[in-house]
Amino acid sequence: MVQNDRFGTFLAHLILILGVGIVVFPVYVAVIASTHAPGTFLQGVMPLLPGSHAIENYSEVIFQGRSTAGAPPIGLMLWNSFVMAMMIAVGKIAISLLSAFAIVYFRFRFRIFFFWIIFITLMLPVEVRIVPTFEVVANLNLLNTYAGLTIPLIASATATFLFRQFFMTVPEEMLEAARVDGAGPMKFFRDILLPLSVTNIAAMFVIMFIYGWNQYLWPLLITSDEGYYTVVMGIQRMVTGADSEPLWHLVMATVVLAALPPILVILFMQRLFVKGLTETEK
Amino acid sequence: MQTKRMTFSSRWLPYALLAPQVLITLVFFVWPASQALWQSMLREDPFGLRSTFVWFRNFERLFADPHYLDAMKTTAIFSVATTFLAMAVSLLFAVMVNRMLRSRDWYTTLLVWPYAVAPAIAGVLWWFMFNTSVGIVPYMLQGFGYDWNHRLDGTDAMILVVIAAAWKQISYNFLFFLAGLQSIPQSLIEAASIDGAGRIKRFWTIVFPLLSPTTFFLMVVNVVYAMFDTFGVIHATTEGGPARATNILVYKVFRDGFVGGNLGSSAAQSVILMAIVIVLTVIQFRWIERRVNY
Repeated sequence: MVQNDRFGTFLAHLILILGVGIVVFPVYVAVIASTHAPGTFLQGVMPLLPGSHAIENYSEVIFQGRSTAGAPPIGLMLWNSFVMAMMIAVGKIAISLLSAFAIVYFRFRFRIFFFWIIFITLMLPVEVRIVPTFEVVANLNLLNTYAGLTIPLIASATATFLFRQFFMTVPEEMLEAARVDGAGPMKFFRDILLPLSVTNIAAMFVIMFIYGWNQYLWPLLITSDEGYYTVVMGIQRMVTGADSEPLWHLVMATVVLAALPPILVILFMQRLFVKGLTETEK
Repeated sequence: MQTKRMTFSSRWLPYALLAPQVLITLVFFVWPASQALWQSMLREDPFGLRSTFVWFRNFERLFADPHYLDAMKTTAIFSVATTFLAMAVSLLFAVMVNRMLRSRDWYTTLLVWPYAVAPAIAGVLWWFMFNTSVGIVPYMLQGFGYDWNHRLDGTDAMILVVIAAAWKQISYNFLFFLAGLQSIPQSLIEAASIDGAGRIKRFWTIVFPLLSPTTFFLMVVNVVYAMFDTFGVIHATTEGGPARATNILVYKVFRDGFVGGNLGSSAAQSVILMAIVIVLTVIQFRWIERRVNY
């Protein structure tokens, strides 16, 4: 038995509490800052206790935005982010399920070749091929559309690999039984494979929703019409939009609103999130 | 690559099932990548009217350009520092949490959520903490006699972006380290304990070596993250400054392509970045194969 020392455990708790404190602190500061009146920040270092202007600040960013600095109301941006994250998550899952099904349950010519084409997407993040991808989207007239925001990000090797891995573990007898009963491929896919994959689909959904919500560079390039701004890219406009010192109380209210939805998704679906994360990367 | 023993047979169905994904990949991944390759060998005249094929001249120019070499050095410093900080802190957390029984889940919940914060937002959060007029950290540093100013001092700016980038990555590393620690057989640790090895000695001679596959995997993932996913951190805060002190490669590609309008050079930089990603991905997959074998 490994000896159980009281002092060591105490020390471990101490380190962890301090560590968690440091990790949480920036977010705490942001929440506090978003509840203060604009004048507070002119008086030097910021306070550490909540102020009394929370409702004003939040309703100002959600409904009015900062029209002078070219930042539309956050309400609309939150909606755009939500649409983008949902379309990316659902789209990625749908096309990956179909292609994983084809790769595992069929033998056909050029199977390996297709597998490699899908694999390539792993190696080419948007950041490294921005200019040519932007040109393709511009030529297809997809600038300032939801399609342009989402479709180029929908192809995903990770989701395809996860589903392929999972389909390989589905017992052979399932397929044999289905074929004895005369089920065709699509019926088998719909009635047997999909219900079995529910947990994996949900885990993938959590990861991909966060991925979609947090996109930054892509919406920055694709949208010039305020009606399509997403909230994560919108923040940048508020920080550097004006020449003067940023309006910290409004910037921080926006930061809190932009970070909250994905954080809630993780906290409420923690188990699925950990499953999705650790299984895709293996 | 195997299939099931028994498969469906259809002449067209598998192609139809693959079509959406393959189509998107070809249009938005393969085609732009080959465009980048082609453009990297062209040079446009100053008015963008004509372009001439110049072979590898763009690459030669890049490697002779002190700004590009500086950006490479900056990227190297930034990725190594971010990776080291993010991994060291999360390993410490994971080892501590692994000792706990009842409070383990609580600590895990408190540590996983920064994963959900976008890099750009992480940047803004720390940018505010370090703000020279209202931020808390410069205020505290002043107490120690240090005059923090990331708007003028390149080192300060680098420290700021490294902290912001590493902060977000802690949860990811923590989860993998914790899983790695839990898969180490308790019997080995007990045996060492009977032989009289103390906690610290047990960690360095048994736990740490057994954790090395996880560590190596995380190292690759963190380097990829630091090199390619941190665009938002830089763009939302320092914008590569002051005096290019935080001008990392992905940010430079964007600057040169979209702001500077130098397409040939930007494409050449894209090609170099792609080569780096491909090398890192191959290393990562090599490692996975090795781990499956034992």
